[in-house]
Amino acid sequence: MKYKTPYPELLSTAIIWAIAASVTGALLWLLSDVFWHGMSQVNWEFLTQSPSNAGREGGIAPIIVSTALIVGVCLVVSIPLGVGTAVLIAEFAANKSILGRLVRLSLDVLAGVPSIVFGLFGNAFFCKTLGMGFSILSGGLTLACMVLPILIRSTQEGFRAVPDDYRRSAAALGVSRIATLWELLLPAAMPGVAVGLLLGLGRAIAETAALIFTSGYVDRMPESLWDSGRSLSVHIYDLAMNVSGGEANAYASALVLVSFLVLINSAISWLAQRFRQSKILVV
Amino acid sequence: MTKQITTNTGNPPSIQTDQLSLFYARKSAFKDVTLSIKSGSITALIGPSGCGKTSFLTCLNRLTELTPNCQISGRILLGDQNLQTLNVISLRRRVGMLFQKPNPFPLSIIRNIEFPLREHGVRNREEIDHIIEVALQDVGLWDEVKDRLKTPALSLSGGQQQRLCLARAIALKPDVLLMDEPCSALDPLSSEVVEDLITKLRLKYTVIVVTHNLAQAKRIADHVAVFWFQDGAGKLIESGSVAQIFESPQHTLTAAYVTGRTG
Repeated sequence: MKYKTPYPELLSTAIIWAIAASVTGALLWLLSDVFWHGMSQVNWEFLTQSPSNAGREGGIAPIIVSTALIVGVCLVVSIPLGVGTAVLIAEFAANKSILGRLVRLSLDVLAGVPSIVFGLFGNAFFCKTLGMGFSILSGGLTLACMVLPILIRSTQEGFRAVPDDYRRSAAALGVSRIATLWELLLPAAMPGVAVGLLLGLGRAIAETAALIFTSGYVDRMPESLWDSGRSLSVHIYDLAMNVSGGEANAYASALVLVSFLVLINSAISWLAQRFRQSKILVV
Repeated sequence: MTKQITTNTGNPPSIQTDQLSLFYARKSAFKDVTLSIKSGSITALIGPSGCGKTSFLTCLNRLTELTPNCQISGRILLGDQNLQTLNVISLRRRVGMLFQKPNPFPLSIIRNIEFPLREHGVRNREEIDHIIEVALQDVGLWDEVKDRLKTPALSLSGGQQQRLCLARAIALKPDVLLMDEPCSALDPLSSEVVEDLITKLRLKYTVIVVTHNLAQAKRIADHVAVFWFQDGAGKLIESGSVAQIFESPQHTLTAAYVTGRTG
């Protein structure tokens, strides 16, 4: 039998490459655009001064601080709660139980809820019902609610990927469940936790809609968690949409935001890897 | 090859089950098993797949408790104590287990033994190092790994991993060892080494080993218990010494099984 011409394969290869290139290209375009327009504005003064003239001039120091505080509150609340819940449903609740399935389903629905809905909820619950008002605390807690379903689901998948052998052999040696969890299962599930954190944090730090309703947009330096504070994403939104002549600083803020995101992502990956390697040894 | 097993010098207990049955939800794994296992002997559980041998084994260290909806009826005596009322952690320290697939933890070789030891309250560094060395020597692994104790256990060969798992179990100084087809996932040579080790455990431990390899049962066991699937559940159809079971079986199914005519 005669071998057919390799053209179809060549064609499909070309198509796959073209798709991959266009996806990467779009990302690169976006990043280089931000970098190109923002780079000239970003300097030490920009990072350390307060905004003036509605943000057209001056820097973004209070905004960086507010963002860090909001994200900090979000992480401090969501990591223990998220990992704890994931451990509970992955390790202690029966896999096929109705409760387990119900929790998983509701988490999946929650993970897909638009952020503006979380914003309204946060405004109603944290700002009004709990009386926290427009504050960094309200914003951070609202973000935590948003991040939780993503973090829990991802952590849970991480735990599910850990072979049952570890649990059985540890139990057969009389090792307690807590020690098994801390020494074997959590380190082994760490990649899942890290992915959940990265996705969740990415969503949190880029969030605008939910924060406008909860942490507000005061651009002064916050004095406590009870103060209103403007996050970077809100600042960018405001400069780009509401302030004529604010584009330059919007770009600069975007560059700072993207840099933070890259930095935090690397830090989380590194820490997760460190924790994993300090506990377990995989070939 | 290896020296005599030195880890344990105690007086291993006998095990007696009385009308023991196990159910997974509504499905019966085995029913009414009354079996007495002599102190310090090696007992082989044989029979076709799915007749409850492994389930029976996991009742003896209560690993069944990991499976939701798993229910036991009947009684198990470990020595003269009721096994079901013992503290489960100390029970599992006394009753070690070796699984079908070697399952070392994803830790270093040394940590594999150290981690459970520490969990059971052994904290003294020198004591730990001593126990680890003795346990590894007992399973004939010391010379092979003494220069790379900190390397991942998962980089060992299958046979070495299984011997490490045995060392990990005997480091806790158990007096009973349960083995679920400990050689079936190994190559013939490693299998021989592990089999050899099992025979060295005689008298020092009460050993119960599930095996599908009849020749192996004949070689290593003192006593044999034959399980069979009957009337929708696993049953113990016959038990006795190796000679009895293989040379003058009472049950027609046993006779057919040990001569290879069925099963």
